[in-house]
Amino acid sequence: MDSGGERLTASEIHTELASLQTAKAAIDERISTLESLLKNITTEDESETASSTPAAAETPLTGQLTADMIYRYSRHLLLPSFGVEAQSNLLNSSVLVIGAGGLGSPALLYLAACGFGRVGIVDHDVVELNNLHRQIIHTEAYIGRSKVESAAATCRAINSTVRIVEHKEAFRTSNALDIMKKYDIVVDATDNAPSRYMISDCCVVLGKPLISGAALGLEGQLTVYNYNGGPCYRCLFPTPPPTTACQRCADSGVLGVVPGIIGCLQALEAIKVAGAVGEPLSGRMLLLDALSARIRIVKIRGRSLQCEACGENAPMTEEQFRNFDYEKFTQSPLSTSPLKLDLLPEDARITSKEYYEKNIKGEAHVLIDVRPAHHYKIISLPNSLNIPLSSLEQRLSEISEALGRKEESASLYVVCRRGNDSQRAVQYLRGAGFNLAKDIIGGLESWAHDVDPKFPTY
Amino acid sequence: MDSEKEERISIKIKVLFFARARDLTGMTDMSLEVSPGTTALGCLDKVITKFPGLEEIRNCMVLALNEEYTPESTVVKDRDELALIPPISGG
Ligand SMILES: [Zn+2]
Repeated sequence: MDSGGERLTASEIHTELASLQTAKAAIDERISTLESLLKNITTEDESETASSTPAAAETPLTGQLTADMIYRYSRHLLLPSFGVEAQSNLLNSSVLVIGAGGLGSPALLYLAACGFGRVGIVDHDVVELNNLHRQIIHTEAYIGRSKVESAAATCRAINSTVRIVEHKEAFRTSNALDIMKKYDIVVDATDNAPSRYMISDCCVVLGKPLISGAALGLEGQLTVYNYNGGPCYRCLFPTPPPTTACQRCADSGVLGVVPGIIGCLQALEAIKVAGAVGEPLSGRMLLLDALSARIRIVKIRGRSLQCEACGENAPMTEEQFRNFDYEKFTQSPLSTSPLKLDLLPEDARITSKEYYEKNIKGEAHVLIDVRPAHHYKIISLPNSLNIPLSSLEQRLSEISEALGRKEESASLYVVCRRGNDSQRAVQYLRGAGFNLAKDIIGGLESWAHDVDPKFPTY
Repeated sequence: MDSEKEERISIKIKVLFFARARDLTGMTDMSLEVSPGTTALGCLDKVITKFPGLEEIRNCMVLALNEEYTPESTVVKDRDELALIPPISGG
């Protein structure tokens, strides 16, 4: 087989990478299936042993609070509209929080503090420095470690009497039913479209109320789905948004406190549903507009009889759920890994290292940075010209002028953050007569990775 | 004469944009003049003509008239508020 001396072309590498990634996805899927099978076997074992031993003395019977509990939750008990009854309901309830990020962090803090009997946490990510401005359950000490472990540790530190269950895995159709079955209420604190459809469908299949929150930029949304005959996520949004409309916090940004507010409201709704108090936000959607300090509550449609998940004719079955391809349906990946385009022929591209060498040698060139202006302000390469992709068409003359100031054979390079928009720009530029335009593969991220480790990333 | 009179009467509604609709239009709200009898769908069409970028989310948003879900066939009245609410997925 090929060994140390192998020389692969970029396209061979791309092909091999693609096939390895497909194989990796299949292995991940299998691992997750096997883990859930194993878990079932372990739970069966556990329940066998549990039945042979007497019930733990610490667990209070329904409606009975221990002295410590009475003291800990006294401010709840003093609320006439909440009282012992609602608190006991919480203690006898379990809640599953999917996602320990911007929404999940505050939600989990309150859910653990308020006295749910059992709180489950699902996430497969690790804590990163750029999470900490909003994911307030995690601390610097946990950077690089599992978000579930980190969140669980904080929850236990706040309330050691709650059973915290760690699910350190991605939520997939292969494990979703088994995980969710063990809980009464589900909190969707994820960050992508396919997960939102998958979680809603799973709640419909298992008949669980869903507290759904979302936040991006300066806006937030909150609704309780599949509750008391109310609509599900699909009733409202039968057609998934196109990939271009699915924005992620990693691309569009988010003001940290915005998911914080929505996450707190999710905890509030979960408490109302579990405690059986008040009017949960079912059939209504709360819209938070942080910039104008406005909260609107819009009455939304009721259950749709034609809904593919909860409709009268064909309610979704466990079998159908397991076989549904959510990534295909929404045309976006369940994982949060950013999109990687491959639009250009090899000779229209250059690596960041190659660009570095050409620059050192003093090759005459113009470097266009096609990121939005507010990205350019964060950090940029020296001597680059910022022309955002959105205004490229109107500003072609500036590129011609810049090239005109250089010698005859000056090259034209295009860079962006991750190397997708630069390809789109080069494709457009080549069509507009700039036949020598090339993009820097992998953008500024590859520059930071391969050329200058001190170059700031964001 | 009657038709001339009708032409002069137009109604004004306020259109509210949320999430992606806000990015695509670059505004949070706008005022829209339509002729009497125009439906919510008619208003939406008019807004999309003004901002063709909205086409990408036309099938994936909640349409609310005066803070209540509305079928596209509802006829709008003067000073109504029509909200275009696409889902947010971030978190
Ligand atoms: Zn439904």
